[in-house]
Amino acid sequence: MSLSVYIYLATILFTIGALVVLLRRNTIIVFMGVELMLNACNLALITFSRMHGNLDGQVYTLFVMVVAAAEVVVGLAIIMSIYRARRSASVDDANLLKL
Amino acid sequence: MSGGEALLFWVLGPTCVLGSLGLLFARKAVHAAMAMALVMVGLGIFYIAQYAEFVGIIQIFVYSGAVMMLFLFVIMTVGVESTTSSVETIGGQRIWGWLLALLFLGVAAFGLGRVTFPEPVGLDAAQTEGTVTALAREIFSRQVFSFEVLGSLLVIAVMGAMVLAHRERLVPRRTQRELAAERVRSNSFVAGKPAPGVYARHNASDTPALLPDGTPAAVSVPRVLVARGQEHPVPYRGIDPAGDTPETEDADLPAPSRSATTRGEQA
Repeated sequence: MSLSVYIYLATILFTIGALVVLLRRNTIIVFMGVELMLNACNLALITFSRMHGNLDGQVYTLFVMVVAAAEVVVGLAIIMSIYRARRSASVDDANLLKL
Repeated sequence: MSGGEALLFWVLGPTCVLGSLGLLFARKAVHAAMAMALVMVGLGIFYIAQYAEFVGIIQIFVYSGAVMMLFLFVIMTVGVESTTSSVETIGGQRIWGWLLALLFLGVAAFGLGRVTFPEPVGLDAAQTEGTVTALAREIFSRQVFSFEVLGSLLVIAVMGAMVLAHRERLVPRRTQRELAAERVRSNSFVAGKPAPGVYARHNASDTPALLPDGTPAAVSVPRVLVARGQEHPVPYRGIDPAGDTPETEDADLPAPSRSATTRGEQA
């Protein structure tokens, strides 16, 4: 069994994350779908790092984690402020810019 | 890939997929967050199994520790009262979403099937000094500029979150004295609202309080419990939970929900 099974697992997780983003309405769950996609990419990076025997993949995984943490902080703050203004956590309700 | 690692993969991999499917199908946001935490811990174990011990530990600490707890805090403040409608605003969104996802999965699997992966080198040569030391050499020598850029990114993110979450107080805070004066002036709940769950057979805040005339006061149950649908269905024997005909000797009492509001006028 080669290491490529990890890549296949990462692909499946990424697809499910994309499905969550496409199908769910709750803003928080959509956001968790984005996190799942980032994590699937991290798994692929770690596997590539082991496959090729250098540490670039691990370093980039750490960087992706930092960027994801920053994204979570700002995104959740935006969700909070939208909820305060609109009393709703649904992605369909934030449509003020729509004609 | 040794036999133990294969076993770990075939146990933990389906668990991760199931957890992410839980994210896709869970009704409540809290359940989705718990499934997501499970996936994060599973991925952390995968990293450790793939000789990336430091990254795996950081994954479990940062993701399932910090990020998911942040999500849970936001669900606590936002998700309780929010309901999600299942009405499609874009026609055929569900079908097209599934189609696109399956298409992506098929294309990715096809592409991956055509790749011949090299014989895995392993990280033993790269990590002769130990996992953390090798990673530190990489980060603080070759990638030091990216590292510093990430530091400034974090600072900007913190400032952005503070600006977004900050709220100016538009009206001055109402003091206890003003609230008390307003209660007396409006003549409803002059002695304060009744506290829930304080009578002989139940002692929980999901059971409504009893008014002096024996009717349950629905107003005494915390509104968060009502929004979640967790209030106690039958308060106690002798009272109809719907509250239409309370079996008390005084038959012409108003309904319990009304009696809670008209109590002040009776007094």
